[in-house]
Formats: sequence, structure tokens, C-alpha cells
Amino acid sequence: MSMDYFQYLRKERMPHIWCPGCGHGTIMKSILRAIDKLKWNKDDVVVVSGIGCSSRTPGYLDFNTLHTTHGRALAFATGVKFANPKLRVVVVSGDGDAMAIGGNHFIHACRRNIEITLIVFNNNIYGMTGGQASPTTFTGARGTTAPYGAIEQPFDVCALAQGSGATFVARALDLDAVAMDRIILAALQNKGFSVVDAWSQCTTYFGRQNKWGDASEMMDRYKALTYNVKLADKMTPEEKAGKYPVGILHQVQRPEFCEEYDKLCARVQGK
Amino acid sequence: MASENVKFLSGNEACAEGAVAAGCRFFAGYPISPSSEIAEKMSGRLPKIGGKFIQMEDEIASIGAIIGARLAGLKAMTATSGPGFSLMQENIGYAAMAEVPVVIVNVMRGGPSTGNPTGPSQSDVQQCRWGTHGDHPAVVLSPSTIAETFACTVHCFNFAERLRTPTILAMDEIVAHMREKLVIPEQVETVWAKGPDEEGRQSFKPYLAGEDLVPPWMNYGEGARYHVTGLDHDETGFPSLTAANMEYLHRRLVDKVERNKKEILLYENYRTDDAEVLVVAYGSTARSAKRAVNEAREKGVKAGLFRPVTLYPIAEEEIAAAAGKARRVVVPEMNLGQYVLEVERILGKGIPIARVNLVNGEPITPASILSAIVGG
Repeated sequence: MSMDYFQYLRKERMPHIWCPGCGHGTIMKSILRAIDKLKWNKDDVVVVSGIGCSSRTPGYLDFNTLHTTHGRALAFATGVKFANPKLRVVVVSGDGDAMAIGGNHFIHACRRNIEITLIVFNNNIYGMTGGQASPTTFTGARGTTAPYGAIEQPFDVCALAQGSGATFVARALDLDAVAMDRIILAALQNKGFSVVDAWSQCTTYFGRQNKWGDASEMMDRYKALTYNVKLADKMTPEEKAGKYPVGILHQVQRPEFCEEYDKLCARVQGK
Repeated sequence: MASENVKFLSGNEACAEGAVAAGCRFFAGYPISPSSEIAEKMSGRLPKIGGKFIQMEDEIASIGAIIGARLAGLKAMTATSGPGFSLMQENIGYAAMAEVPVVIVNVMRGGPSTGNPTGPSQSDVQQCRWGTHGDHPAVVLSPSTIAETFACTVHCFNFAERLRTPTILAMDEIVAHMREKLVIPEQVETVWAKGPDEEGRQSFKPYLAGEDLVPPWMNYGEGARYHVTGLDHDETGFPSLTAANMEYLHRRLVDKVERNKKEILLYENYRTDDAEVLVVAYGSTARSAKRAVNEAREKGVKAGLFRPVTLYPIAEEEIAAAAGKARRVVVPEMNLGQYVLEVERILGKGIPIARVNLVNGEPITPASILSAIVGG
């Protein structure tokens, strides 16, 4: 990796706010490697976020950056992309931001298939507000608002995305940056709405409350909770039960929103 | 004047026409009575002229989308009514904080809650001013006629661009749905937010304001690569929570509207020169009030009407001047007394101020205003 990260970073905004052991920086660097590989012009890139730990990412990046309100990043991003489809729009969001308060925007962005890539920095907890349970907190796991363990079933981000119509759906773990690079690169190249469920251990809140140990121990637990989708055919249903597939899970071609709108304009203008 | 420029339109339709004339090329909305015709009209109009129309999943998404669209370079608007307007409040504050010039139309129905979805009301007036949390500026226009609805929509865009702040067009349902003749002008004056000078462009500071307190604007994609946040921020746009910066920012946001207030105050003085009874009324209620003033004059009562079109910021000096010879003031509103609070504050305790309020979904009649004018 000889790329110069600093050409994409706002050095003066460092140090970042993320805790030691947090996976968010790993995901951010993976996004930068993908953008570098695609040779996107920095002036054309817009990174949009909502509220939360992950949503501080745009502030560190030397692009057009938009830190919006809690849950609404996809709504703002839809306006940016639709108003000027030449812009390359990447949304970074957390599990609370994207799946709870922003859940409605999430399913509709999937349905609309507008060319935006959403990276969900999924750490199964509200980190910035101090460790409350989120829509991806595993059943039985603790948060400061679930001191006796969560009794609800978590969202499967990828299943929801696929069911809602996203044309690229993948899950990546921060512990495998090489695979994450490949996945985010493919997501950014998809002509449509892409969702990457990027797992990122929160050692400070999730790890401590659940006695999941330090970052490396949490990564081991992530490994135990997941399997490579390429191996799915060789696994029994019992082996897959309660586990999450990792990799590119769904990729289809479907008309993209901005292109369809352009066609509509041409039609009504009699062109 | 070409005959196709003479239309017979509702207020909602005139609003859509005004938006197009003002250069609006992006509309995001969600269906809600009694504003839906604006979205319907825009959905037919914008694709024909290369503009963008999108129906979003809710009102929160709608205002989010228009803020994003304006950052990406298009003048943008949304339209809603009470319940949707309540949902939009957080992002109205965002637009004020991030200084993104967008236009929000609120066609007022009776409330609270679902209320009276198709009945007229003026009960969102204070929400237009104070709906979003925190101290913030507010620019709110309320038209009385169809022609004025067209003009006010253009003004809303121009004032938003001039001041880099969201503006609100507060129509009542009567203005929104009544039909009148509208002559659409060949051209209207349109304003775009001013850009930086060459030096400012090189090292763009999106929140570095000059004397008029309005910072320069650049669209995303034009090379500035700046940061926009709803957090307290300094002139660079990046978060800054120092005491001095926060004090400056919050005062500047409010002061920029106050300092440039004279440019955006729209109002009508009708027979106020010698008025001994002053009526202060806006929106469709002002039409009833005008008739009541004329009828009072016929009865020998020197009545006059001050009609604020710009509800916020408030034409304080102008209201005080209109009341200069008045012994009494009457404030009719289709709510339980909202703008009257401003009138009471401006004129003080020295003058009796009568309220005429109605919240039953009926318009306030000239007769009820007249009886307040002569009956006091």
C-alpha cells in the first residue's frame, strides 16, 4: 500500500474522535483506497453523513462533505445526487443512524435505486451517546438501555437492503481489510444504490458492557459470528444458523433513478 | 402581453408558477392536504424544463433533499401543511444553521395534530417563527391574493439567496385554493447567492461573512471542497465549540436578517394615514379586513388596515407608524391569537388591542371585523 492517504485527509482536523480499538478508521481508509483506485476527482466526490461516531468521517476527508441531521444522510444525499448526477455520492452512517431513525430513508433509497453508496459502520451500539442498544444489537447483548440484555431481534442490514431493492449488497468485516477493499470498490462501481454492512467493533461501549474483550478478541467473536458467502454452498443449515454471511451477497442490474428521470424528461420534452 | 400569460389559477398553482419563474429547478415533497397541488403542478412542470421533481418518503426526507439539492447547485423548494411542517422543523433549523437557501411552503390548515386538513387556518404563524429549536432567524411571507402568492414565492427565493437562509411561504388554505386572475410576467427579477471574489475562491471560507453578515456561496463540485455541518462551526465550516465562536455565530445568524431587514419587509398601508382604528391583518383575513375598513369608513369611523406581507422579520416601526393616530387596534386572525402577541409587544399597554379569533374552519367575515372596529 504505497498510496498517499494524506492527499485525501484534512490533516488539520486530526486527531480523530474515535477510540483506540475502534474499527471506523479501518473502514475510512478502505473507502479512500477504493476512491484512489477509481481515480475519482476529489472535487466531484461528496461524502454525506448523519449523526454519530461514524458520521464524523466526512470532516476528516478532503472532499465536498456534508454532516447532516440524525438519520437523514440519505435524504440529503438523494438531493445532492439527483440535483447533480455527475457528483459521486458516498454516504457513511452508523447502525443507529441508518437503521433506526433513518430506517425509512434506507428502505426507500434501496427501492429508488439511486446511484449512491451507503457504508453502514455497524458496531451494534450507539457509541457517541454512550452505549445504548441499537437496531443491530444482538439479542441478549447489553447496552446502557438494555442492562438486562436486548430482547428484540436485530435487523439483518443486508437482508433488509436486498428485500428493499438495493442492487448491490455486501457485508465486510474491518478485520479483513483486503476483502473490504474489494467489496467497497465494487460497491462504488455499481450503477445503482449500494449497501455495505461494514462491521466495526466498539471496544469502549459494546466490548466492555458485554465482556467481549479488547479489539482483537472482538474480532475473533466477529469471525465466529460470520462465514464467507463463497463457502455457503458447502455448509449445512446448522452450520449457518445464527451466523451472518460475509462478502458480496447480492448484485443485480436495475434501472438507475437519475437515468430513468432523464429518460422521462426526454420523453415529455418530445426529444 | 401574450394571452397565454394570463391565467386563472389557485394560490397553490400560482406558487408553483412563481417558483419556476424564480428559477426553482428542484422540488421534493410528500402529499398532504391542502398543499398537494403544488407538488402535482411541479411534477408536471419541472420535467418539461429540465428541472428535477422527486416525491420523497416523508416530509423530513423532502426538506433534506432540497437542502442537498441546493448545495449541489439547484434552487429548491418543498411544500407541506401542518403535520408535515412539524416534521420538517429540525431540518429547517439545519438550513438556518448551515445557511442553505431553500424555500418551504406551509399551507396552513387547522391544528394541532391532524386537525382540519382541508379547512383554513393561520395557526402556524408562531411555529413559522419559532418551530425549530434554538435561537434562529426566520423569514416568513404570507400572501393575500393569487398575484401576491406568485410574487411572494419569487421573493422567498430571492430573499433566501440574498440572505443565505431558509424562507417560509405561509399561505392559509383560502389563498391556496381560491382562484383569481394572474398575469404571469415575461420575466421576474431573480437573485442568486453571491459567490466569493477571486481571492475568496482560492481559499474558500464558506462562513466568512462581510459587513452584511452574509457569507459567500459556492456549490458542491465547484472545487471548494468545503464542510457543512449543523454543529456550531467557525468560518471554515468545521466544528468549533469555543465560547467566542458560538457567541458570534448565533448572533450573526439572527443579526444578518435584522441588519438587512429593510430589504425584505413587504407590507401595505391601507387608509392608515388618519386611522383612528387600526386593523392589523394578513393572508386571506386581510381581505375581509379591507372590506371591513371600507364599511367602517362609510359609517364615519376612520379605520385603516396595516397588512404585513412579511410576517417575520416584523415591520415593527411601520406597524407603530400606522398606529400613530389610532385609539384602538383590532387584530383578526384564524387562530387563538398569535400575531397579536407581536402587535401588543410593539404598541405596548397604552392602546387597547381587540382580538378577533376564529378556529372553526370558517373564514373571518368582514362583518365580524367591522363589529370589532365600530363596537369598541
